[in-house]
Amino acid sequence: MFRTALRNLLAHKARLMMTALAVLLGVAFVAGTLIFSDSVGEAVKNASARNLKDVAVSVQAVYGPDRPGGEGKDGKRATALDDRLADRIRALPGVAGVRSDVTGQATVAARGDGHPIGNGWQNRAANYQPGPGGDDPRYPLVRGRGPARADEVALARSTADAAGYRLGDPVRLATDGPVLTKKLVGIVASDDPAVTAGGSLTLFDTATAQRLYLHPGQFDELVVAAAPGTDQEALTAKVAALLPADRATATSGRELAAEQARRIADQNHALSQTLLTFAGIALFVGVFIIANTFTMLISQRTREIALLRAVGASRRQVVRSVLVEAGLLGLLSSAVGFGLGAGIAVGLRAVLASQGAGFPDGPVVISPSAVAASLAVGVGVTVLAAWLPSRKAARIAPVEALSTVDAPPTPRSLVFRNVLGGVLTTLGVAVMLWVSTLTGGDNLPLAMGGSMLTLIGMIVLAPLLSRPLVSLAGLVTTRLFGVGGKLAKENALRNPRRTAATGSALMIGLTLITGLTVAGHSSQLALDRMAAAGLTADYKISTSTGTGLDPQRSAAVARVPGVAATAPLRGAGYTVQGGGSGPDGGFGYVHGTDLDQIGKVTALTVTQGSLAAVRSGGIAVSETGAKEHGWRAGDTVALTFYDKKTVTVRVGAVYADNPVLGESFAGTALVDPHLDRLRDDELLVKARDGGSAALAGRIRAALGDSPLLKIQDHNDLRKETAGQIDTMVYMIYGLLGMAVVIAVVGVVNTLAMSVFERTREIGMLRAIGLSRAGVKRMVRLESVVISLFGAVLGIGVGIFLAWAGGKLVGSSFATYRMVLPWDRLGLFLLLALVVGVLAALWPARRAARLNMLEAIGAH
Amino acid sequence: MPHTAVPRTAVPARAAAAVAARATDLSKVYGQGETRVVALDSVTVEFGRARFTAIMGPSGSGKSTLMHCMAGLDSVTGGSARIGDVELADLNDKQLTRLRRDRIGFIFQAFNLLPTLTALENITLPLDIAGRRPDKDWVGRVVETVGLSGRLAHRPAQLSGGQQQRVAVARALAAQPEIIFADEPTGNLDSRSGAEVLGFLRESVRAMDQTVVMVTHDPVAAGYADRVVFLADGRIVDELYEPTADAVLDRMRRFEAAGRAS
Repeated sequence: MFRTALRNLLAHKARLMMTALAVLLGVAFVAGTLIFSDSVGEAVKNASARNLKDVAVSVQAVYGPDRPGGEGKDGKRATALDDRLADRIRALPGVAGVRSDVTGQATVAARGDGHPIGNGWQNRAANYQPGPGGDDPRYPLVRGRGPARADEVALARSTADAAGYRLGDPVRLATDGPVLTKKLVGIVASDDPAVTAGGSLTLFDTATAQRLYLHPGQFDELVVAAAPGTDQEALTAKVAALLPADRATATSGRELAAEQARRIADQNHALSQTLLTFAGIALFVGVFIIANTFTMLISQRTREIALLRAVGASRRQVVRSVLVEAGLLGLLSSAVGFGLGAGIAVGLRAVLASQGAGFPDGPVVISPSAVAASLAVGVGVTVLAAWLPSRKAARIAPVEALSTVDAPPTPRSLVFRNVLGGVLTTLGVAVMLWVSTLTGGDNLPLAMGGSMLTLIGMIVLAPLLSRPLVSLAGLVTTRLFGVGGKLAKENALRNPRRTAATGSALMIGLTLITGLTVAGHSSQLALDRMAAAGLTADYKISTSTGTGLDPQRSAAVARVPGVAATAPLRGAGYTVQGGGSGPDGGFGYVHGTDLDQIGKVTALTVTQGSLAAVRSGGIAVSETGAKEHGWRAGDTVALTFYDKKTVTVRVGAVYADNPVLGESFAGTALVDPHLDRLRDDELLVKARDGGSAALAGRIRAALGDSPLLKIQDHNDLRKETAGQIDTMVYMIYGLLGMAVVIAVVGVVNTLAMSVFERTREIGMLRAIGLSRAGVKRMVRLESVVISLFGAVLGIGVGIFLAWAGGKLVGSSFATYRMVLPWDRLGLFLLLALVVGVLAALWPARRAARLNMLEAIGAH
Repeated sequence: MPHTAVPRTAVPARAAAAVAARATDLSKVYGQGETRVVALDSVTVEFGRARFTAIMGPSGSGKSTLMHCMAGLDSVTGGSARIGDVELADLNDKQLTRLRRDRIGFIFQAFNLLPTLTALENITLPLDIAGRRPDKDWVGRVVETVGLSGRLAHRPAQLSGGQQQRVAVARALAAQPEIIFADEPTGNLDSRSGAEVLGFLRESVRAMDQTVVMVTHDPVAAGYADRVVFLADGRIVDELYEPTADAVLDRMRRFEAAGRAS
């Protein structure tokens, strides 16, 4: 029977091509993901191993428990690691050397326009430690020399290149406070993972670094190198014994490496999980195409199979023969798909690298497990999809070999299928209706389950739905294209299962795309509204590192010509200790601000109490906040701030919810004493005559022109939030694209099968006067009808799921409302139409080229 | 070679004034060199208007090829094939398609109907393809003649083989083509159904002045025709007017005997 399977496979090469393509694409996706994540994982691991190569023990400072970030009021950390401790460690037997590291953040401004280099949160700064030879082995010099004085700096090569600095140039950079200008004296190579991942690296001399980030003589980390043959664990224990309790920890290099490997694996895992989910969707879509093909092959081969049965093949052998054929097809396609996947992995890495994702370099890693998994998935999916059709083959009776007429197979009843589909869909819809009454992200798994049920129910119901929907489309095509349109409709209706399976493949992709688009669009509009809601100021000023602005400098902004009003926002968290009718222990966040100005820069509507009561030392709370804590204007409440001090204040006012102000605000006098550092998280600026580029420039200058500054008008704010959603939506479009491509392959496949099955019909039509163009049009219209069927179902289900599930997402921001992006939905329909026309290109050409006489005589 | 004994002049002798289709020195050659097969060898024949002509001959005699060439389904190698005064060799594929659609009707041995369309829709299909509005009275008359009035809404799968072939006849007649070509129209039918279909074809010639050219190898079927043209080895070898099945059978036997003797 194996030979039969092989012969069949070879005999139907052309017809199996589309099926093979579907499997191939799915497997390529899986293989690409696996190879990509293996390669990147390996490269990152190698990079960090290189980084940890000489680390035997790492001593890290533990910052004060009451100060999580470690910064004091001056913005500098205090640590217990100093030169004295470093010397004591150096004196231990087996220690070959100790590096004393200072680490911080520094943002470099580009040479021309001053825009910040790097990716914001990974802009590392460190101290350059010349060894006995004058060089720092950790940062090999490419050009120039290491920084030795306070006004000198060295940059990583990638940083200098990105910023456009050359040796000798004055480099503008900011750590936290005002802009610093230092001379570039050296350019170094660095394999620091943060740098290879797209961050920047700035090096100061040790004293300068300490002055910027710590206190003189202190360090963040002591890195101990061991002499050869020293036991790492024993040395770690010895080092630990020297450390002041609770102020520092010692970790062995091996442990650090393990921890890093674990973290990398976790990150990698999350990425590959996401990618594999989409690969799974693509393969799921492929199942429909494979099942379609085998169903058709078996019905074409009915007599052949009956003959095999007549000469003594058992049912089981027939089934096995079909499954072996599927397995061979799966194996061949998977093998080719794997090759394509390797290409995808390499391409993906290059594309992501050019987008600045910055993975470390390394070879392409093809692990045996990736090979095995890809082949197993490809073969498994193909065999699974062929399983139902193979059952059908087993039911063919030997006597059918003897029948002389080509009796059309009696269509099996759809009753069971429809009942099953009805039940599944009803269940799914019920779950989703229930979900639509819920809020909160915890219910996400429930929403996903409900969505899946609804989608699968619709897939099962698709043959039933195909009749009315295709008939409806047929009305249009018949009206527009006459008999060709009518024939197209009838052909699409002829085999509801096949039409449904083909349409379903497209439906799955479009359901996901539509759901995503609707939810994304609605969120975007909501964020749009929120970004500028409640803000009457023309500018919102903050820093890209989130470290905030120096209040003295921001006070200067009020004096900039053209500025009408400014108000700072300084946030502080608190726990409710008593007062009001709500429970104690609730968390809250209060903004300290200028109470005289806040009304000028925000749309403030006091609904209870008065601002005057807040001015005399009270606190104002939003309506939502008041409801949550059970507060009313006039209540006296006790709040404990993060510095563990408790204050008792009166609720002076309740105001209508305002996203700028958040849950509550008060005068700076109330909040300032409890802040670690006096910084303005945000500064709101109202211009006298509206904003202008010149005014923004003057404000930037008043604030010291730091590259960290973010001066955003309403438009920028909107773009910042909405842009993220756009990027995400487009990324997912790309990932779902593969599923759509496979669905299109499915449409091509179905049409090719249909044309093949109807060879004689087409020959007859040609004989009685249907032109080649007419035949083409007929096939094309059938394709369009099937595509539109899938698209309409997909868009419909997608909208429903987005409506029901959207509230879960939307509940996190009050301005969420479902809005249908009609232009995009219209575009999807149009795309389905185009897909239909494109998918029909090849089958229609084949149909039109059929030799009439052979077609009429064909059996 | 016995057929050279047949006087060529005998062929057009009784052909009446009007000619619906005419082949002149028509040749059809398949393949090249070793595999060269001459299917039609300089055939000259006319098919009279409002006449029922049968083309007979043993398998491989070229009778189907002659029909295909005359009906514009196949190209010719040499000579001329005309429908009315239109030379088929001058037409491109598009024009040929239009000619078949507007001026020719077809009845095939099997698979004449689209399974997705009802009987009536199948009957008006050529008109629908042409975008012509069917002449209701005419279609009604045709449908009544072939006895399908009660079955118009049925799909082919719900009709017997004979009924399906009657639908095919009705389809060929509905468009009122200049000429109908029928290729073994009774080949798949039992004798009673076959007789019905042939009866309708003859009736359409008598009552509706339709021109019918039928390829068959069945002497009984040929007996319904006004005239039988005999083909052997790609040439016209004989003809018979007002044939009976017995006369046709007799003539066929003679060819076969001659063929064996030669």
